[in-house]
Amino acid sequence: MSTPKTMFEKVWATHEVVPESADTPAVIFIDLHLTHEVTSPQAFALLRKNNLRVRRPDLTFATMDHATPTRTEQVFGGAPITIDSAAKQIRQLEENCAAFGVELLGLQDSRRGIVHIIGPELGLTQPGHTIVCGDSHTSTHGAFGALAFGIGTTEVGHVFATQCLLQKKAKTFEIDVRGRLSVGVTPKDLILAIIGKVGVSGGTGHVFEYRGEAIRAMSMEQRMTVCNMSIEAGARAGMIAPDETTFAYLEGKARAPRGGAWTAALERWKSLPTDVGAKFDRSVTIDAAALEPMITYGTNPGMVVPISGNIPDRKGDPVFDAAMKYMGLNAGEPIRNAPVNVVFVGSCTNGRLSDLRAAAKILAGRKVAQGVHMLIVPGSQEVKREAEAEGLDRIFAAAGAEWRESGCSMCLGMNGDTVPKGEYAVSTSNRNFEGRQGVGARTLLASPETAAASAICGRVTDPRELLNG
Amino acid sequence: MDPIKKFRSRTVVMPSTNIDTDQIIPGRFLTTTTKEGLGLQLFADWRYDAAGQPKPDFILNKPEAAGCQILVAGRNIGCGSSREHAPWALCDYGFRAVISTEIADIFRNNSLKNGLLPIVVDQASHDWLLAHPGAELEIDLEAQQVRLPEGRSASFTIEPFARYCLLNGVDELGFLLSKDSDIARYEARRPA
Ligand code: SF4
Repeated sequence: MSTPKTMFEKVWATHEVVPESADTPAVIFIDLHLTHEVTSPQAFALLRKNNLRVRRPDLTFATMDHATPTRTEQVFGGAPITIDSAAKQIRQLEENCAAFGVELLGLQDSRRGIVHIIGPELGLTQPGHTIVCGDSHTSTHGAFGALAFGIGTTEVGHVFATQCLLQKKAKTFEIDVRGRLSVGVTPKDLILAIIGKVGVSGGTGHVFEYRGEAIRAMSMEQRMTVCNMSIEAGARAGMIAPDETTFAYLEGKARAPRGGAWTAALERWKSLPTDVGAKFDRSVTIDAAALEPMITYGTNPGMVVPISGNIPDRKGDPVFDAAMKYMGLNAGEPIRNAPVNVVFVGSCTNGRLSDLRAAAKILAGRKVAQGVHMLIVPGSQEVKREAEAEGLDRIFAAAGAEWRESGCSMCLGMNGDTVPKGEYAVSTSNRNFEGRQGVGARTLLASPETAAASAICGRVTDPRELLNG
Repeated sequence: MDPIKKFRSRTVVMPSTNIDTDQIIPGRFLTTTTKEGLGLQLFADWRYDAAGQPKPDFILNKPEAAGCQILVAGRNIGCGSSREHAPWALCDYGFRAVISTEIADIFRNNSLKNGLLPIVVDQASHDWLLAHPGAELEIDLEAQQVRLPEGRSASFTIEPFARYCLLNGVDELGFLLSKDSDIARYEARRPA
């Protein structure tokens, strides 16, 4: 009998082109390479400089999302893109994809969206695959039992040229989530709690595998929210074993296998889950039932508290003191007192249909508080169409929230959608670093439910107060 | 890339913990399509005021920082985004090594590809470096040693292959391209 293996080890083993040696890392084959306008120009330049082609255009897929405008008139014409350098980057991706034969979902394509939203939506993201992208939140795709991680632009060039990467094998880290999440507590709250527990560098050098009852009970969209933020705990990848939920999601998707290929794929996918008795290098256990809605108060995603709690008092710790100064918040105070000026619902963490529905449920029949600017940005054009078909856009408009075309938008403020200096933003995105959402912006990360409730009340609010009332 | 064997420089110390890549180079500068010139925007939001003027109290704006090629940073530098713009900006500014007790994975990888040495040292050496800004160090990649003043030294490790590439000024792409027949064999047996 062979030694029991973790899912990560199984995926790794089937992708070794050349195994690791004492002197060289392994050469790993990449099944899917996703690319976008921001981290690809210098990689295409590397190909040109070395007179190389894209080895597997059929396994390479491009979209534009980071620097793209979200205002309809700028996406579909009639108004120029506000930022010249962003417009140039978009044009360059079009030219590069045409020159190297890479399929691109361009600015006006009805299937365009944030790279980590459209991969799954199109069925490109599949269990057991190795998936890379010049973007750290590639970890999202691990929700399907894929080994998916972010790479730098030099490596984007390597994958273009060889469809392979040089990699050292990571260590494994089990996150065992026992019990069920209570009503009003979401996967976003769970992952924030996990980051709080493991720490922002606790996962460095490791690949997470999320396991346990609470994970099994989640939909694919919810699993993606969890895997998305693995990188915020320092792990490059996070994986969840594929199961019936995964297969049901994928069946019939545009790029998923069909017919005999589907049957063969299913058989492979069913052998992926970690064997009984397999050993992880590290392990933590989380009690899902004990969790509350979570929200960050500081300048990294690990600085997080339950929404009914107080900002801790760690005066004298330089990280804490600097964060309090930047955030303009006080040690020991209830986080519920924090003011709110901007609310952003969107991003590859929480920009899917279920996230928009969750926000709409709270916004329906209510109004965004006076003086609060609420921006809702769907993760893809597909999400936008589905949301509009259900009338969510009308709920948002009636509440006084702004509704846009898809893109990364205010998650990183590259396209001009930013939080003004000194203002407080409750955001469903994944990073609350200084200046992430705009120079001087003060970000509090939370679930769509908490974001919507906070928009209504104009201060940080426990969504359960509005769900019950 | 030029081979890197050994060099000496004074240090710049930035003691903050978790210096993320959004601080090293803020997102709004990522609309560039080249690698050059990013040094100007390195640590932009810490370095310049709202009017774009250098903030006199920020370390890189002080006269003693001029010409320093070694950045000593607090624990866990480089967390966050995969943007290679972060090491590009550090290199373009003139840094050749980053020293800390923990360096985030993707940033570390990206640094190695650009000849910026990501050096992880022990806690005691790190404490000493933080307490002695401007110290003159010798970094010896061949011996994997940082030589500090007063006869102190700290050892570090860089993966053998990355080290080989840095010492010889060769790039990893050449190695991957040389595996063409292995890749073709793998492609032939890979499930569709
Ligand atoms: S939504 Fe935010 S985190 Fe996600 S890919 Fe875009 S910029 Fe990155």
